[in-house]
Amino acid sequence: MNEGWLALLQQALGLLFSLDPDVWSIVSVSFSVSFAALGITLLPSMILGFMLAFGRFPGRWFVTNLIQTLQSIPTVVIGLLVYLMLTRMGPLGDLRWLFTQKGMILGQMMICAPVLVAMSQAAFTSVDRRAWETSRTLGASWFRGILTVCRELKVPLLMAIVAGFSRILTEVGCSMMVGGNIADVTRNIPTAIALETSKGDFAQAIALGLVLLILSLVLNFTLGALRGKAEPRSH
Amino acid sequence: MLNLKSIFSFALAATLVTGMPAQAEEIIKLATTTSTENSGLLKNLLPKFEAESGYKVQVIATGTGKALKLARQGDVDVIMTHAPAAEAKFVDEGFGLLPRGIMENDFVILGPKNDPAKIRNSKTVEEAFAKIAESGAIFVSRGDNSGTNMKEMIIWNNAKVDASFAGYKSVGQGMGKTLLMANELQGYTLSDRGTFVAYKAKLDMAIDFDGGQALANPYQIMLINPAKYPDLNHKGARAFSDWLIGAEAQGMINSYKVQGEQLFKATYSE
Repeated sequence: MNEGWLALLQQALGLLFSLDPDVWSIVSVSFSVSFAALGITLLPSMILGFMLAFGRFPGRWFVTNLIQTLQSIPTVVIGLLVYLMLTRMGPLGDLRWLFTQKGMILGQMMICAPVLVAMSQAAFTSVDRRAWETSRTLGASWFRGILTVCRELKVPLLMAIVAGFSRILTEVGCSMMVGGNIADVTRNIPTAIALETSKGDFAQAIALGLVLLILSLVLNFTLGALRGKAEPRSH
Repeated sequence: MLNLKSIFSFALAATLVTGMPAQAEEIIKLATTTSTENSGLLKNLLPKFEAESGYKVQVIATGTGKALKLARQGDVDVIMTHAPAAEAKFVDEGFGLLPRGIMENDFVILGPKNDPAKIRNSKTVEEAFAKIAESGAIFVSRGDNSGTNMKEMIIWNNAKVDASFAGYKSVGQGMGKTLLMANELQGYTLSDRGTFVAYKAKLDMAIDFDGGQALANPYQIMLINPAKYPDLNHKGARAFSDWLIGAEAQGMINSYKVQGEQLFKATYSE
């Protein structure tokens, strides 16, 4: 490479710190879509996770395994599914959601939900059942009981949220297929990186990669700090 | 019952045959555009060249912008692209040598069959583009710095239209994907005729404007300056270039057809 690594990195940092409008449009598409998808799925997923951990109902075993499976499906397959639903000929074609942020949000919800359900289910399973039973026998309402359990599980539940969020913020397959990578509309960080790399313009790809890197460092160090306070008790 | 030893020796032989690295001299790395690869032209030409010359051509199919970049960085031995202005710059800056026009096809404006922007009776491609922008129709641009994208930008520029009107969507994808998106959105797009022919059956679109010579799309093959990158396979690159301009290859280009349509016209002349 005749551009050299340092020069590229310099250009990338320049783009970031000069608040290049292209870069920030891409970053804001990424965040608004992923936050929306996470926001809509969060509560229903956690409730389902709680029910799977605490409830006993027919089909529970099946649902649990189905969700584990969905977690490992590549995002392009989910993208393909959503694409086929939203295309002109598809069952939801009349919504005209293909190549819009709404379509991307729908796809990301389907990617994020299984992660949230599975990880919150694991968290709720790990909790001492007595915390729940005690609060209930002490006269706590259903809702208060859940709140007590959730407080116990602050760290693992946050980890579930971070895992779900990073999966959708970083996925490229579904966003590319369903969003279509339209500049300023559906172009997010991963699809922009794919495009810049295919053009051979690495500086902007690196700038965007840095945004993701910094974000995941911040998220994980914050989690680390929270976890630090929750060391196993020694007594 | 299968004998373990024979399975083993068979596996070993298979590994040797398929995995044996060909000698560096014999490989020619060609960076070219997706259109020559997707249209099937290279699959048609290369086996013949490989059989005659003993070289093996490895194709890296990408947009013209990236192909030129790969060549600038000395990552490939030879390059075949279709963006005359960018190619001239590549030669002027001392990276490219011996540019030879080997063939051409043409660009067309595709759009919905009912032609909502009424571009069919336009006299020039600039007029057609201006009508699309004014009518509020959708225009899907590849936006990926490919040869087609560069041509599109030149047309907007000549038409004195700012390519940022409401219906303009820059999608940053290859030709095939862009056609499918234009079809979904029922918008217009600039495409090379070859990719359109290959995708025709999947699309509810028509050629709404055919510009003839004004939309000619010439392809050049260029060698890379040995002074810049002495260790490339310059001998092989030269052999490939020489073969492509020969009567046999030029004839094969002319007779290459997809769904009964000729995709490229051989154009080499001394």
